[in-house]
Amino acid sequence: MAEEPLGDVLDDSDGRRVGAGGKVTLALRIRRYNPDVREDSWWDEFTIDTEPDDRLLDALHQVKWYQDGTLALRRSCAHGICGSDAMMINGKNRLACKVLVKDVLPKATVEPIRGLPVLKDLIVDMEPFFAGYRSVLPYLINDEGEPDRERLQTPEERHRFDDTTKCILCAACTTACPIFWGDEEYVGPAAIVNAHRFIYDSRDDGADERLRILAERTGVFRCRTTFNCTEACPRGIEVTKAIQEVKRSILFERF
Amino acid sequence: MAKRKTDLGTLYKGSPGQWSWIAHRVTGVAIILFLFAHVVDTAVVGWGPDAYNRVVAVYHNWFVRVLELGLVAAVLYHAINGVKIMVFDFWPGSTRYMKQLSIASTGLFLVAMIPITWIMGRDILNLSLGWNL
Repeated sequence: MAEEPLGDVLDDSDGRRVGAGGKVTLALRIRRYNPDVREDSWWDEFTIDTEPDDRLLDALHQVKWYQDGTLALRRSCAHGICGSDAMMINGKNRLACKVLVKDVLPKATVEPIRGLPVLKDLIVDMEPFFAGYRSVLPYLINDEGEPDRERLQTPEERHRFDDTTKCILCAACTTACPIFWGDEEYVGPAAIVNAHRFIYDSRDDGADERLRILAERTGVFRCRTTFNCTEACPRGIEVTKAIQEVKRSILFERF
Repeated sequence: MAKRKTDLGTLYKGSPGQWSWIAHRVTGVAIILFLFAHVVDTAVVGWGPDAYNRVVAVYHNWFVRVLELGLVAAVLYHAINGVKIMVFDFWPGSTRYMKQLSIASTGLFLVAMIPITWIMGRDILNLSLGWNL
């Protein structure tokens, strides 16, 4: 079985290997970067035999494990919830673990997400992204003191911010935003989504402070409604809608 | 494993909003550049009607008339797309209909350009190039 190690290694656990639709050939173009080797980026091409129902992450693993061990990528859960493996796949930001090989056949072009410094290959420095996230105070603010019981809210109050609780901080939205590419001071869609999650939470008292932060030059009014964020979100969050709601709150409630 | 020569990334294939945003910027810059020229040609009236007429005669040139058609297209696109952006701004729920609104605004622009191109194009051919349409 030396020719098809991927199937043995990856698919034994879930039994999907058996009868899984035969082998296909996938051409992978991967944008590489390694400052120890050369100053600029370059492209490597790999051809792998894989199965149509495999994930693109499996294909990248096959390259890393059997063809070029120097390929660097970040992933953890591999099931679309940890948010580690956001990358630009065929010109769109996606999680490699949520894209199937059959959806990109016959070839896939893979690049690191944009607007953040590339450290090596597909790994970027996420710190500027998290700095934007931290700047909007993404935690419960309530100075009323310890309550005797849970802070209750109605289903309607909970529903108000339900969409923005789904964020996994993968940065697919923020690094799909042309404004963020050009202005690293912009807090970016993900930070606004996480501000939205608390601004409209009836248990939270920090909305005024967050709206003040987001009304600044680096805040929501950088947004030009290109909708790349909404289109990129692997969790299906209506990112642009959330941003527009925050804009509206700043216009009509803060002033 | 072949090495490619370029070190550049590929084009981001974003949402329709990405392309309308680019078009909005390009048309906006085009309009402001025309405004600079327009301020100058209008100011020439201060030197009297003869000076003004001589400067404005440039608008009779066929090539300038083609640019003028482009100007109308730029203003029209910028205006319609601007209304679309304001709809998103004041009714956040409308973002769910981004694709439909993009198709509608682009369609309205293209449909409006058909009679505009006919009317202005006929003038270019008749007045500047001596045709008789």
